[in-house]
Amino acid sequence: MIDYLREIISGTWSLFVGLGITIRYFFQPVVTVQYPYQTLPMTPCFRGHIELTKDEETGETKCIVCGMCQKACPSNCITVNGEKREGVKGKVLTEYTLDFTKCSLCGLCVESCPTAAITFSKDYNLAGVRKEAYIFDLKKRLEAKN
Amino acid sequence: MSAFAKSEANETFVLNLGPQHPATHGVLRVKLTMDGEYIVEAEPVLGYIHRMHEKMGENRTWAQFLPNTGRMDYLHALAYNHGYVSVVERAAGIEVPERAEYLRVITAELNRVSSHLLWFGAFILDLGGFSPLLYAFDDREHILDLLESVTGSRLTYCYFRFGGVYNDIDDNFVPGTRAFIKRLRDRMPMYHNLVTKNIILMKRLQEVGPISAEMCRKYGATGPVCRGSGINFDVRKHEPYSIYPEMDFDVPVYDQCESMARYMVRMDEIEQSLRIIEQGLDKLPEGPVMAEKVPKIIKPAKGDYYHAVETARGSFGVRVVSDGSNTPYRLKLRSPTFSNLSLFGEACQGMLLPDALALMGSLDLVIPEIDR
Amino acid sequence: MHVDPEIIRLLAFLVGVIAFAALNAAYLVWLERKEAAHIQRRIGPKEVGPFGLFQPLVDGIKLMTKQLIVPAGVDPVLFKIAPILVMVPAIMSFVTIPFSETLVARNLDLGLLVIFAFASVNVLGLLLGAWGSRNKYAVISAARVVSQNVAYEIPMLVTVVTLVMITGTMNLHNIVMQQQGGFWHWNILNLSASPLMPVAFLIFFVCMLAETNRAPFDMAEAESELVAGAFTEYSGMGFGVFFMGEYANIVIGASVATILFLGGWDCPLGLFPGVHWFLIKMYFLIFTVIWIRWTFPRTTFYGLLNLSWKILIPISFFNLILTSAMLKVF
Repeated sequence: MIDYLREIISGTWSLFVGLGITIRYFFQPVVTVQYPYQTLPMTPCFRGHIELTKDEETGETKCIVCGMCQKACPSNCITVNGEKREGVKGKVLTEYTLDFTKCSLCGLCVESCPTAAITFSKDYNLAGVRKEAYIFDLKKRLEAKN
Repeated sequence: MSAFAKSEANETFVLNLGPQHPATHGVLRVKLTMDGEYIVEAEPVLGYIHRMHEKMGENRTWAQFLPNTGRMDYLHALAYNHGYVSVVERAAGIEVPERAEYLRVITAELNRVSSHLLWFGAFILDLGGFSPLLYAFDDREHILDLLESVTGSRLTYCYFRFGGVYNDIDDNFVPGTRAFIKRLRDRMPMYHNLVTKNIILMKRLQEVGPISAEMCRKYGATGPVCRGSGINFDVRKHEPYSIYPEMDFDVPVYDQCESMARYMVRMDEIEQSLRIIEQGLDKLPEGPVMAEKVPKIIKPAKGDYYHAVETARGSFGVRVVSDGSNTPYRLKLRSPTFSNLSLFGEACQGMLLPDALALMGSLDLVIPEIDR
Repeated sequence: MHVDPEIIRLLAFLVGVIAFAALNAAYLVWLERKEAAHIQRRIGPKEVGPFGLFQPLVDGIKLMTKQLIVPAGVDPVLFKIAPILVMVPAIMSFVTIPFSETLVARNLDLGLLVIFAFASVNVLGLLLGAWGSRNKYAVISAARVVSQNVAYEIPMLVTVVTLVMITGTMNLHNIVMQQQGGFWHWNILNLSASPLMPVAFLIFFVCMLAETNRAPFDMAEAESELVAGAFTEYSGMGFGVFFMGEYANIVIGASVATILFLGGWDCPLGLFPGVHWFLIKMYFLIFTVIWIRWTFPRTTFYGLLNLSWKILIPISFFNLILTSAMLKVF
């Protein structure tokens, strides 16, 4: 009988403790960020889709068309093409396409690049209605930046 | 025949729980044969998101499989990273710098805490309580921020590399993690007062969902499921890897074999993980985070290698067979939840539907990891 | 042409009661979302209108414009009649509730009995809807609703009988009139009649939660177990009417608790009694109902049966015996 009453009282008390916790939170300020109106600063480490970097001196890409990124990519989403041009040492980049529909942002391509010609972008507002919108021509993007 | 005579016909019916059902946390389907609300027979049906990770591994170079590891158990991705890089390092004989090992353990334990917090919220959600989920997510968000500042992603991490980690921590990581440890330790009593000591929750979990130690052994259950049944087995203690032998932590074991025991194991594990992280931060040595002599193209010597790690859900083992080429000859992944789910069919026989779902929640299922 | 003013009065009250029930249903959804959000430290609806106040209107328009899907194989009559069977009794109960000394549609001598009679129809509506929709989850839910009904009706009615013994009337207006003059006259603190009155209020409140299918006793629509329980197959306004019925039932439950235990329109300090005090008390109880929902996990139906048969019924019977003994002695 005493155990029975004790269980009722302790059980009811536990319910009131729970109610006390939630009502305390009810009066505390909200912790969410109202996303489209407010944004949080991004960490410098954020890994978005890859992007070509430019050489500080020439303003051109650092890519030497070695194809290491293409080989490192687990899902074959990078296509690199280059051609020999007269008067230029090595190959010149003619095409750098990223198929972002397949990319898993692992970063193996960035690590494999011998000249640090690719880096992670900070783009995250990526929404579209067509699949083709996610086949990025990174060379064009770099030229558009200049 | 009078209306109240017991009919000879089989009065059971089949209830398809899933593949789209709020309690199965993903695309798991359980075929239940029910007698009223009592479960006569339960058969988990798998394979809805089978992605052939093992076969994929055989068609990729050793390094290219790394991003896949984070996509099996997306809640404790770093432990899967850890298991795979460890087995390849063992196969290829790569030495890992000490700082890298510490970073691996610290981040993996942070990830374990975030996984347990999410499980906590989702489990209470299964039982019908909403607010604890949001409170747990509030804390988990801090972990994700910390891990994002190190790994660059928030969920499917791909941070560990053969011979080290992808990049070093920044200046804010150590103070930020210490602040988080303090914050979570201050919050734990709130969770216990709001949830653990709640009479409704206690009535729903205590003496409900028995899984005997015998059954755990039979099905190969590991992790909190077997530790809630009184089996003291934790890969971090019993087959130590990385720098876990240097850490001082306890393995919480409860022998009540009920849903509440599994709940308590996980709640205690959060505190133990915080202890490990704290010690790791104290002892964190200076130095490189990547081994110097890692070959560009890894070709482990011929052989058969196995390495197990303790994930938030149990023991995850990777077995690789190398034929000396740049791709694995065979890659076998032993995922803990697959075994943990297998016992569900036997354990829930004769149980009521709400209790069976509480039992299923206490197994902490992550379906992509079961299906791989 | 002569029109009986009583008919006009009744018509006005009918329109008023329906409008009150519908408006409450709409804005209780808003209150529920807002309160849940703040308990969880979010903001909740905020886009449509100031503080998201127009959200219920938009939700209503959305529900009304949606297609009413009648799945193949359902019982067409039961499936369509069930939401009405939940909604109508709830509105009917409003007829006899005195909001203030003068604001009542029809002051019935057996008002309390009318409310409990109509409240039981709610279960029938849910049962028919679940049975008619030919869904396994819904049928399990229907079985739960009925077993739940047995569990909470007994302690609730025993508590009410205790109260009727004290007040000696079933007329809601008279019950409130007996409690006039400050909070120490309210039935919840009527310790001279029975020292267990606060406990009786708790029992009544718990049973009211069970009666309105609110958490922690929302086994009938347990979304993590039965998807949406009895409402699984309903879409559009069919679901909307169920929803309105549920909230109207909560309003009824809170109103009855206010009248029986909290002195109706009486002011706690005996000043300025009026309809505002009734509404304050009622909405405070509703606030508590929502607050409870967002705090506790769900019980199981055998948990409710255990609670009812092992705790609520013995205590309420003990209270009944104690009260009758004290009435006899003093």
